[in-house]
Amino acid sequence: MTAVPIGHALLVAGVLFSLGLTGLIVRRNLLFMLLSIEVMLNAAGLAFVVAGSAWGQPDGQVMFVFILTTAAAEVAVGLALLLLMNRRFDTLDTAAASSMRG
Amino acid sequence: MVTAFYIASAMAIVSTALAVSRTNAVHALLYLVLSLISVAVLFLLLGAPFVAALEIIVYAGAIMVLFVFVVMLLNLGRAGEQQERRWMPPRAWIGPALIGAALLAELAYVLPGLPALGQEGAMAVKPVAIAMYGPYLLGVEAAALLLLAGMVGAYHLGREPDKEARR
Repeated sequence: MTAVPIGHALLVAGVLFSLGLTGLIVRRNLLFMLLSIEVMLNAAGLAFVVAGSAWGQPDGQVMFVFILTTAAAEVAVGLALLLLMNRRFDTLDTAAASSMRG
Repeated sequence: MVTAFYIASAMAIVSTALAVSRTNAVHALLYLVLSLISVAVLFLLLGAPFVAALEIIVYAGAIMVLFVFVVMLLNLGRAGEQQERRWMPPRAWIGPALIGAALLAELAYVLPGLPALGQEGAMAVKPVAIAMYGPYLLGVEAAALLLLAGMVGAYHLGREPDKEARR
């Protein structure tokens, strides 16, 4: 394991985060945008665990648990909003919800 | 160990790339599950077995099941797939791909100077638990409140509209 540089492990997290960011920008469907946000959160968690492993501290894993909690709460509210939007606008296009009433 | 690390990394990256580019929601979700399991393998190789188990149970299990249920409720079907394809022409990828590549290039420029990773198995479950319920106790309480807020919020938003009108 000593042969894997921390840079490579962090680079994997960076690649995953960039992929999630690209997906988030390119998509118009709310479901896929939430999916991309999950990818980005997971990549951030991976970076935390890698850093914690590199310095032999448990803090990185604790932070990952917090990120996991945030992701779970975020996805619960996000999916409820998605169902609400599907009920109200009959589409998942984020452009349909871009204007305010009144 | 080292080969396993690079194989799991490649799997995670490829399956994530497929997950963000699929037009069928179920296919994208299944690729994302594969990606999350690859990341769990990475965690195991980094000597973090507790987090690897959490990744599979909470991320690949609970959160993805939530997504799958919502996809089933939405009932997108073939029409949704075609609409998704219409919304996503190849040239729509150019700008976001450039932004993502710029971010990645910066990271690749900054990261290589760092030292190698420590020995495996450096962290068992015990020190993580001690840290979590010692110095981070306030964070754990805040996380519990956040989950409660998320549950109440999801319940409030997910109510049936006719029930809402009656009140």
